[in-house]
Amino acid sequence: MSPSLLTNWLRHYKDLFLVGLLKILAAIAGAIIVLILSFLLKEALPALQEVGIKAFFTDKTWNPNEKSYNLVPMIWGTAFTTTGAVLLATPLGIISALFCQYYAPKAIASSYRRLIELLAGIPSVVYGFWGLVVLVPLITRLHPPGTSLLAGIAILTLMILPTIALVADATFAEVPQEYLLGAAAMGLSSWGIIWQILLPVSKAGLLTGVILEVGRAIGETMAVLMVCGNVVQIPDSIFDPVRTLTANIALEMAYALDNHRSALFVSGLLLLSVIIFLAIAIELVERKV
Amino acid sequence: MTEKFLSLLAFSLFVGLGLTACSQNSASLESQKLTLTGSSTVAPLASEIAKKFEAEHPEVRIDVQTGGSSRGLADAVQGLADIGMVSRSLEENETERYQSYAIALDGIGIILESSNPVSSLSNKQVVDIYTGKIDNWQEVGGNNAPITVVNKAEGRSTLELFLEYFELENSQIQADVIIGDNQQGIKTVAGNKNAIGYVSIGAAEIDIDAGVPLKLLSVGGIDASTATVRDGSFPLSRPLNLVTTETPSGLTEKFIEFAQSEKVHNLVEAQNFVPISSDQLVKTL
Repeated sequence: MSPSLLTNWLRHYKDLFLVGLLKILAAIAGAIIVLILSFLLKEALPALQEVGIKAFFTDKTWNPNEKSYNLVPMIWGTAFTTTGAVLLATPLGIISALFCQYYAPKAIASSYRRLIELLAGIPSVVYGFWGLVVLVPLITRLHPPGTSLLAGIAILTLMILPTIALVADATFAEVPQEYLLGAAAMGLSSWGIIWQILLPVSKAGLLTGVILEVGRAIGETMAVLMVCGNVVQIPDSIFDPVRTLTANIALEMAYALDNHRSALFVSGLLLLSVIIFLAIAIELVERKV
Repeated sequence: MTEKFLSLLAFSLFVGLGLTACSQNSASLESQKLTLTGSSTVAPLASEIAKKFEAEHPEVRIDVQTGGSSRGLADAVQGLADIGMVSRSLEENETERYQSYAIALDGIGIILESSNPVSSLSNKQVVDIYTGKIDNWQEVGGNNAPITVVNKAEGRSTLELFLEYFELENSQIQADVIIGDNQQGIKTVAGNKNAIGYVSIGAAEIDIDAGVPLKLLSVGGIDASTATVRDGSFPLSRPLNLVTTETPSGLTEKFIEFAQSEKVHNLVEAQNFVPISSDQLVKTL
């Protein structure tokens, strides 16, 4: 065997090894998800059988000690806080990325980027605490009780803003310079370049960013628990308190027994199905884009 | 080659034996381990008592975990814990299955932000406020401002005691905020001058001493303080209990005796709970 053949063979062997390793790791990751799902199902099963799936949507209220298990207000709570935060954070994040990439002087852009990264690194309980002692009293002056859907949306917006801002920033950085230079040469204004070239080209990346922020917003627990008020109800206004699915689990899990505990696993199951649904949606959308 | 193999074998045997010896050793240590689970009100006190107990008995390890009174009762039955912690008196059907040992008394006090001009509420007014019949402070002699009702999450014994005393069902309560632990309740009420809530008197007194803008209301005409809890006149009070399913023996018995002894009274007071003197113990048991 000549030396070059040997190195080729070694390289091939190495690749095979790497592929094998990746396959195994992927299988482990997949197995963990399946395990989580089956564990959730197993723990939720007693409630699903004894209380019945229908009860989770038709019972009068969520009051496990009095045997009512309606999860609908919590589903709305999660939907409202998440939607509100994503609707606010997405444009802000994209604008902040545009500023960073195309408008800010280099020195400012890089320190601005660090600042956003820092924002992403702050633990959620710190946001929650700040919300509870600063934001909630402010909203109370506007419209009591202060702990409300609005406070939840505001805190969540702050928390998911770095996700979309950093993903958008990375996406814009990958857009080929020729596109932009070409568009400039054809006399497009800078707004035209952004609107007609940059954003359409970055669609897939921005969409991934949005899905990531939705995932983060749905899963956020501590901060939301601290500022949302946690009253089980479908809110009439943005000043009404709400309870999210995650807050429901965090508030009651440590204290729950029997069917109550099992019903909390049903909320967990619901959360996981929403995330799975999101993952499938993103896959479908990305294929189309 | 064989020589190497033999020495390797001998070595692994040696290690194996050593490991068995170790595990035997840890098995005997295992019996010196005590697990407590339950009430988040009792847990900080139990940890302090456990620390002191460990200092006197260095071979003992005590593990204290929170999770609410119901969890304490359930874990004691299932054998997941040697001792359950329960922050209320046992109910009638529970006294057949459990033995309880009171280690301290605690009261539940109604709290307002300190600038709120209301200084006392009758029981009826408290009930009306919590059920939404009264929704403005003006109706009870305060400012013209809507009342923010702060309630506890399901499953907490503070909530159960509150409901029992005021003869309420949790589903009747029209809450504006639902909180988890005492600290969250204190922060919420201190940050909203129109809020009303209820928390452990001990926890509230510590924070009031530290300058948090908060005040405790009297209940049924009795001042809410550790003093009235101590003399038994405060109506909304509860014993903090350690519970077991069987008559305690060995380490469990030793720990419960220690937790009821005068040696830990300073720890009880440091947590702003009320120690139970030995003659009171005889009376309550």
